[in-house]
Order: sequence, then C-alpha cells, then structure tokens
Amino acid sequence: MINIILGILSTIGALSILFASIGLIRMPDFYLRLSVTVKASTLGVGLFLICAAIMFPDDISVTTKAIAIIFFLIITAPVAAHMIARTAYITGTPLWKETVIDELHGMYNQETHELKSDPEDAQEDNDEQTDSANGQIADNEEATQ
Amino acid sequence: MTLGTYFDYVILPILTLSVLLVFIRIAKGPSVVDRVVALDVMITIGIGIITIYSIRQNEEVLLDVAIILALIAFLGTIAFSYYIEKQKDD
Repeated sequence: MINIILGILSTIGALSILFASIGLIRMPDFYLRLSVTVKASTLGVGLFLICAAIMFPDDISVTTKAIAIIFFLIITAPVAAHMIARTAYITGTPLWKETVIDELHGMYNQETHELKSDPEDAQEDNDEQTDSANGQIADNEEATQ
Repeated sequence: MTLGTYFDYVILPILTLSVLLVFIRIAKGPSVVDRVVALDVMITIGIGIITIYSIRQNEEVLLDVAIILALIAFLGTIAFSYYIEKQKDD
C-alpha cells in the first residue's frame, strides 16, 4: 500500500518536473518561461521530499529535514522569481510579440528604479489616451441630446 | 516490479531527460536572465535527483546536501539579479 502511494507521488513529481523543463524549452518569452517553470519544479521536488519522508519512517530527522527543505523552497522560490523578473523588465528583455497588455509600461523610473503605482504620477504618460476617451464621452453626450 | 526498479528505470531517466532539456536552454538562451532561470531550475532538479538517490541507497545523510543546494540556488539567483541590475546603470 505504501509502495503504491510512493509510486503515485514520485510519478506526479517526475512528470511535473518534465513538464517544467519542456515549458522552459518551448515557451516563446522569458516571462512565460519563468511563470511556467518555477511553480512546477517546486511542486515536483516537494513531492519527492514527501516520498523521502514516508520512505524513512524510523528516523525522525529525515522527516524534519524534508519539511525544512520544502518550507525553504516554498519561501524562497517566489522571491527569487520576482527578483529575476524585475531585473529582466528593467534591463529591457523583450516581451512576446503577441502579448496583449503591458501594465508596467511607463511606471518604472529608469534611473532610480522606483516603481510608481500612483495613478496621478502615471497621468502624464496617459494624457493622450484620457483626452481621446473624454472626447468620445462628449461625442456620446451630444449624440444622446 | 518493485519500487526500487521503478525509481531506477522510470523516475531517474525522466529527471535526466529534464536536466538535458534545461541544459539546451542554458546553451542557447538569448539573454542572461534566461540562463539564470535555467540554472535555478537545474539546481532544483538536482535536489530532486539527490532525494531519489538517497531513497535508493538508504543514505539519509545525503539530504543535508539537498539543504545546502537549495540555499545556494536561492543566493545565486538573488546575486545574479542584483548584479545584472547594477550593470545597467554603468
């Protein structure tokens, strides 16, 4: 029974790691590669470590080490992915040509690397768009009157 | 088919294939950040291989190596991203 559980867990772990590396090869963009890879590989290694914890039931130090490694991976993998994605965006890694929206466009100060999240600061960049939107609203009001 | 032969003939070859695929991305990645992410994934797969190997050999001491590798992967990615970002300023 325990063998069946171990087989299922290790199979899911190996397949998720395989899918992560296939995604790393096949995805067209750095950001898509990052979002595919980090989660799947963390899941696979976590399942392997759960296998190890079940496999050595006599020794409690193995269970402690496995839980420590899983906890450390779950804490650190998103932080590392966020840091490298921020660096990639600042250094100008190109987006995929079919990317629909880039919400960070014009929000980063290129010299101080500060992120502006205030809409009023970003207002200057979007003046043309808001002007055209106001024009459309005015046109609609005239049409209704 | 026992669990040991399943680990030896199915799980470990799948992990080896994954490491080879990741190495293709390290070799041809168009920018530096691609290579950094591929290196991170390769070390993570290495933690998995060490875990399976320690299960097969009944050597639970090898899990200490996995702890150190997890630490090195995190610190390496953080250091790479910090210095690549600084490189842009100059």
